[in-house]
Amino acid sequence: MTAIINISLKNGVLDSQGKAVHHALGSLHFDNVEDVRVGRQIVMKLNSKDTASAKEEVTNMCEELLANTVIEDYEIEIIA
Amino acid sequence: MKVGIVQFPGTNCEYDTQYAFEKLGASTQILWHRETEIPDDIELVVIAGGFSYGDYLRSGAIASKAPIMKAVKAHAEAGKKVLGICNGFQVLTETHLLPGALKRNEHLHFISKHHHLKVVSNSNDFLSKFEKGDVVNIPIAHHDGNFFIDDEGLKEMYANEQVLLHYCDQNGEISNPNGSVDSIAGICNKEKNVFGLMPHPERAMEEVLGSADGVKMLEGLM
Repeated sequence: MTAIINISLKNGVLDSQGKAVHHALGSLHFDNVEDVRVGRQIVMKLNSKDTASAKEEVTNMCEELLANTVIEDYEIEIIA
Repeated sequence: MKVGIVQFPGTNCEYDTQYAFEKLGASTQILWHRETEIPDDIELVVIAGGFSYGDYLRSGAIASKAPIMKAVKAHAEAGKKVLGICNGFQVLTETHLLPGALKRNEHLHFISKHHHLKVVSNSNDFLSKFEKGDVVNIPIAHHDGNFFIDDEGLKEMYANEQVLLHYCDQNGEISNPNGSVDSIAGICNKEKNVFGLMPHPERAMEEVLGSADGVKMLEGLM
């Protein structure tokens, strides 16, 4: 089982990296870009028995270590 | 007075911190990150600057789960003093011993230079030797010093006099190097026994280093 975790800064928390990338794209004349958010992706292989238990386990990992919930949101995708 | 200085793999300011406190007359002990207890005779625990565990996940995140941090929490909860400098400040927010979080500097640069700070609150041991509004010159050296807290949390921190230091220029006018909310450089917890700041007072202990303003700061904790 594979878990894909996407972690990004919460809406309303200024994303300086996203802003810098947005600016750089603009200077390359990619003028169609409205907003850029830069996050972190963590991919892990798990020995879970089903997707529900995998999701629960990964949620705990996010809450305890992988994300800083003061400033970050996370999304979890489990692929069987 | 005995000071314990926490050392993670990647800590690089432990010996400067040791020098600073011994210069002030304290005895010191370096505490390895795998230790599970803080010796009873240690009154102040300092989490020194550096890049704990390489800061690979987020600054201070992995360190906040190290065995010694349970002991540091217990030390703090017993009302004893804890000081986190730079990476130590990041570790203390990740441990939730201090509120808020530290993000990448707004302009994404690593900043290493002398900077001025203004004393916002002196109703605590750390800044008790200063007057409100005093301006000190203390070096900063960080990539993730952009302090963030939501509006409600910020209000609460001011109400409890938890905001300790603002970044400013030499005249005391606000000058924000990293995008921190309200130009905040240092804070404490509600109980005023856990302190965290991004600047390095241990690097400002002698005039020959460019400033000795760190002396008065660290003395407050002794």
